[in-house]
Amino acid sequence: MKVTVDQEMCCGAGSCVLAAPEVFDQRDEDGIVVLLDAEPAAGCREAVREAAAICPASAITVRED
Amino acid sequence: MSQNDPVVRLPLPTEGPLDPPAEWERLRARCPVATVELPSGDTGALLTRYDHVKALLSDPRFSRPLPGDDSARVAPEDGGGVATRNDTALSVAFKGAEHQRWRRHVGRYFTAKRMTALRPGMTRTAEALVAEMVAGGAPADLKAALGFPLPVSVICDLLGAPVRDRDRFSYWSDAFLNIDRYTRAETEAAEAEFSAYMTELIAAKRAAPGEDLISTLIEESRAEGEGLTDPELRDTGMSLLVAGHETTANMIGKMVAMLLADRTRWERLVADPSLVRTAVDEVLRADANLGGFGVRRFLTEDFEFDGTVVPTGTTVFCGLSAANRDERTFADAGELDLGRSPNPHLTFGAGPHSCLGQALARTELQVVLDVLLRTLPSLELAVPVAELERLAGLAVGGLREVPVRW
Ligand code: HEM
Ligand code: SF4
Repeated sequence: MKVTVDQEMCCGAGSCVLAAPEVFDQRDEDGIVVLLDAEPAAGCREAVREAAAICPASAITVRED
Repeated sequence: MSQNDPVVRLPLPTEGPLDPPAEWERLRARCPVATVELPSGDTGALLTRYDHVKALLSDPRFSRPLPGDDSARVAPEDGGGVATRNDTALSVAFKGAEHQRWRRHVGRYFTAKRMTALRPGMTRTAEALVAEMVAGGAPADLKAALGFPLPVSVICDLLGAPVRDRDRFSYWSDAFLNIDRYTRAETEAAEAEFSAYMTELIAAKRAAPGEDLISTLIEESRAEGEGLTDPELRDTGMSLLVAGHETTANMIGKMVAMLLADRTRWERLVADPSLVRTAVDEVLRADANLGGFGVRRFLTEDFEFDGTVVPTGTTVFCGLSAANRDERTFADAGELDLGRSPNPHLTFGAGPHSCLGQALARTELQVVLDVLLRTLPSLELAVPVAELERLAGLAVGGLREVPVRW
């Protein structure tokens, strides 16, 4: 699985961090998403898919391989 | 939007207090871009399908109606709170790059991590409020005992506003959001008082700064050309107090009512509190009473929804709860599935304006539910569901009271 985020589109809502804290964080200075792990381990892939689905800004893309 | 379709009048009627309007299903199926008439007599377009609502809200070209837009009025000429009118100049209601700048300044206070850090304090506040409710004896109104005081004290703490002024905030925020309870003169007076209050609070923070959001925003604005201007600061404070208060308070009441309406739901959560996170989002999705008008967008360009072109100058009402029940997106959309995941509901909107406080609201709702399940597992409604009374007119939607016993 390969994850990318679009910081321009992100509105800083933090839903991704609530869903998958191992993979997403938010910058302290403006709340914009930071990707911690672009190739998450099997154990948190379900949570990453959830984060991508619920992101209100559609700023998270997941490519399954 | 063909000429022959009957005009739909907002707000739509419902059967029971927690039920969705039956009309939504017909609209989604046959008339997903419907012409609607508002209490003011003006008309607009109503969207009820998930994909349409999400597409419009995600488009950064459009925003809420701004002063100067020739948009549809919701309330009749002589009434309606600030939030229902279009001629207000709250300086945070802008769009595009300016809006993004504001969002990023304020957004940093509402990150998921910060909200998680507030959790222990919120839990203590919720526990104390529940203890007080229990001491007062059953039945009690859960909305008054817990729903209102918790979000107010949380947002006051965050902003650095005194909690003892909470009755005034409640009045001001009601006057902002109500459609028909106050006259135009009353809402204008409330706006002026609230604005003066916030100006004074900012002056006080400037003189004696604290750790709170307002003090920090002031500090950042000291450097020339940086941070927020004074009117922006004032309007930010006012918007956050209003936005962070009434919506969440009503949602706490509705959440408990929805979960107790069928007590097997409550029992399932008592048996497995790990469902709290998904249960909260499912309740947010299923809430059919977010206010009768939905979130508005003013079209400054034509917009096409699956072949239907809606012209420039139209005010579009995005039916968030109608979209949340769209079978095209949600399996068994009419059922409450406490473990639903993922749950991409639109209750907090979508796109660049999607709710800034959603991590806060989710945390508050989760804390309330956690505390109630743990301390009052025997909780039940003290009246039949049909006797719960919808609050009419409120732009955010709620129940008048949520009577409970334990
Ligand atoms: C359950 C409770 C809540 C619900 C259902 C809710 C819902 C919404 C919705 C639907 C929007 C989008 C409006 C639009 O697109 O025009 C919004 C925006 C907003 N909400 Fe919330 N909200 C809640 C709680 C909160 C809280 C606790 C705060 C906190 C401080 C807050 C602050 C805001 C702000 C500032 C905006 C404007 C964002 C912008 O325009 O960029 N909300 N909310
Ligand atoms: S959920 Fe989406 S909008 Fe929210 S912080 Fe994460 S990437 Fe940004």
